[in-house]
Amino acid sequence: MANRNNSRPIGRELDLEAQRRRAAFLFLAPMIIALFCVAAWPLLRTIYFSFTNTSLTDLYGGEWIGFDNYLRRRELSSGRVVWRGTLADPAWWNAVWNTVRFSVISVFFETVLGLIVALVLNAEFKGRGWVRAAILIPWAIPTIVSAKMWAWMLNDQFGIINDIFIKLGLIERGIAWTASIDTAMTAVLVVDIWKTTPFMALLCLAGLQMIPRDIYEAARIDGVHPVKVFWKITLPLVRPALMVAVIFRMLDALRIFDLIYVLTPNSKATKTMSVISRENLIDFDKFAYGSAQSTLLFAIIAVFVSLYIWLGRVNLSGEGNR
Amino acid sequence: MIRTIAKATIGSAAATAIAAASGSVASAADLKYVSGAVGNAVEVFRTLVEPWEQETGHTVSLVPMPASTTDQFGQYRLWLAAGNADIDLYQTDVIWAPQLSEQFIDLNEHAADLAPLHFPSIIESQTVNGKLVALPIFTDAPALYYRMDLLEKHGQEVPSTWEQLTEVARAVQDAERAEGNDSIWGFVWQGNAYEGLTCDALEWVKSFGGGQIVEPDGTISINNENAIAALELASTWPGTISPPGVLAYQEEEARGVWQTGNAVFMRNWPYAYSLGNGDDSAVKGLFDVTTLPTGGGHDTSAATLGGWNVAVSKYSENQEAAISLAKYLASPEAQKVRTLVASNLPTIISLYDDEDIAREQPIIPRWKDVFLQAVPRPSAPTKVKYNEVSAKFWSAVHNTLSGDGTAAENLELLEFELEELKGSGW
Repeated sequence: MANRNNSRPIGRELDLEAQRRRAAFLFLAPMIIALFCVAAWPLLRTIYFSFTNTSLTDLYGGEWIGFDNYLRRRELSSGRVVWRGTLADPAWWNAVWNTVRFSVISVFFETVLGLIVALVLNAEFKGRGWVRAAILIPWAIPTIVSAKMWAWMLNDQFGIINDIFIKLGLIERGIAWTASIDTAMTAVLVVDIWKTTPFMALLCLAGLQMIPRDIYEAARIDGVHPVKVFWKITLPLVRPALMVAVIFRMLDALRIFDLIYVLTPNSKATKTMSVISRENLIDFDKFAYGSAQSTLLFAIIAVFVSLYIWLGRVNLSGEGNR
Repeated sequence: MIRTIAKATIGSAAATAIAAASGSVASAADLKYVSGAVGNAVEVFRTLVEPWEQETGHTVSLVPMPASTTDQFGQYRLWLAAGNADIDLYQTDVIWAPQLSEQFIDLNEHAADLAPLHFPSIIESQTVNGKLVALPIFTDAPALYYRMDLLEKHGQEVPSTWEQLTEVARAVQDAERAEGNDSIWGFVWQGNAYEGLTCDALEWVKSFGGGQIVEPDGTISINNENAIAALELASTWPGTISPPGVLAYQEEEARGVWQTGNAVFMRNWPYAYSLGNGDDSAVKGLFDVTTLPTGGGHDTSAATLGGWNVAVSKYSENQEAAISLAKYLASPEAQKVRTLVASNLPTIISLYDDEDIAREQPIIPRWKDVFLQAVPRPSAPTKVKYNEVSAKFWSAVHNTLSGDGTAAENLELLEFELEELKGSGW
């Protein structure tokens, strides 16, 4: 192999290489153009808007105002200095905190539960195909539909959840799950975990099935305890797949919008970054300010993912796992 | 884009065909009318537009939207910003005119004969810098719904103050529960953090003599003792006379509890009257309405002025037909039908003395009293910032109701935030 390569004239090889590159680029071009139109262009435009004073009524009449939407210093007539802009807005930081809290808790539970479900589904039993399909149902229901459904189930007067709890004698009177500040976040978390665990389970299952069976057989012959098998064999081998699954979910969770918009749209206990930026963009006639918040949301997600990849040494290229 | 062009081509081809065939009808437009769908709005709309469709040869279909006015506004805002030509007519809330005036056509000229028939104050609310943005199709003012049978059974009077209401609701609720009626509540209203809470809370504050958040001249008046007293009383309701979940209720949830017979009092708009007397209602014939109570020793009550209007999109490709429909919906004939089938309040003054209406909907002439005490939300003085003012107000109230800070603390903070939002002027 090496000999044949060496004997080939160098010019022809470059030619071939260049040709292959050109072909690859041609094949990729439609996708790059599509991605530019639907992802890069809107993103760049949002970033541009965040440096202007554009309003929704007049999208093309904005003027450049620099970083004023992010942070600006104003001196009052009394000489007192006040800071304004998103970075000095307590409502924004409340939303950031809500989002981060929501993401970390939901992704943690979804990963643990998803892994458990995947382990069960990985075992050989009768009707496994059916169970696998059935467990995906929550993931297959559109979020708006499942959020509305849960809103009724959590309703304080007609909701089935309160009814069950009352009949079991756990509570005396219906709890207003989505209305009360104390329980609103829990309600949202429960619904999200219910909905997304199947997705995690599916990704984990894919990872589990990559593990060669003979390792388990060897462990069984050596008489290794099943718990030890899980910690020493399953978990290390499934880790790369798990890390990628967690990134997917984290990206999704950090920009959570639909579920909260339907279930608890205006509760300050659950308002997330996406919800608050939409509110400014559309409801409050502060299009540029909302764009600044969207831009920050993008930046925060980017930072989170880079940190995670760096800390977890995740190999996204898919090489080196073998 | 391609779809629009294709549609336009097909549309014009069809129109040509019709014109060639009949020779009389120039073009039959297929209009899209968008509106929130509360209660039986969709059926009512069909009944209303049928005569118009027959007369003009045009057709119109309703695009139903969520009941929450905040949700509707967000969607309309986006469509209008994008210059959407798919929707020809918008049903707009009374508070939207200053915020959306740029994107609707001026109806002044088209409705020159029609406008003077309406209440001048309502026409004025839809006029922005001399431009008539929308034509009123019905007005809304809430009332206090009460269960005659329950009050009589327990020997209670109809309350005229909020303090009395609190006591009566409590007494009836306790007595009913003692008899085993476990699911009964004293008072249901709209406590979700949305525009509806602004309406409810404005009534409490105004009827306590606490002003109307931002006065017509633009001064911020909300941080005062009467307003604080009003919110303090209201914050005792959730969990005592009102279900704790009232803090997530909008109109339909409140009506749900009421119409299944599980509430003694309800604050709601007139649409709940005819629905409450429907055949599937558990409270049919058992309730009556009155003006909302007063409070804190103040002598006049307050009812937040609601109401819906129809506006024609600047981007509509069928403007002539759309204007014709808008004028029809705002006309005395259409408003009369709407009043008869949906118990919506007409905006045409003469309809309050109409004999058919007095016979079929005896409640309507009586609503004149409610209407006389109507208080507008501060959408005119606060202009494009109204939504944010309202959101800040309802958040402050919602926080107070859910026990997150006292009324005094929250209103002081609200005053500061509003001052800041106002800046040098609204």
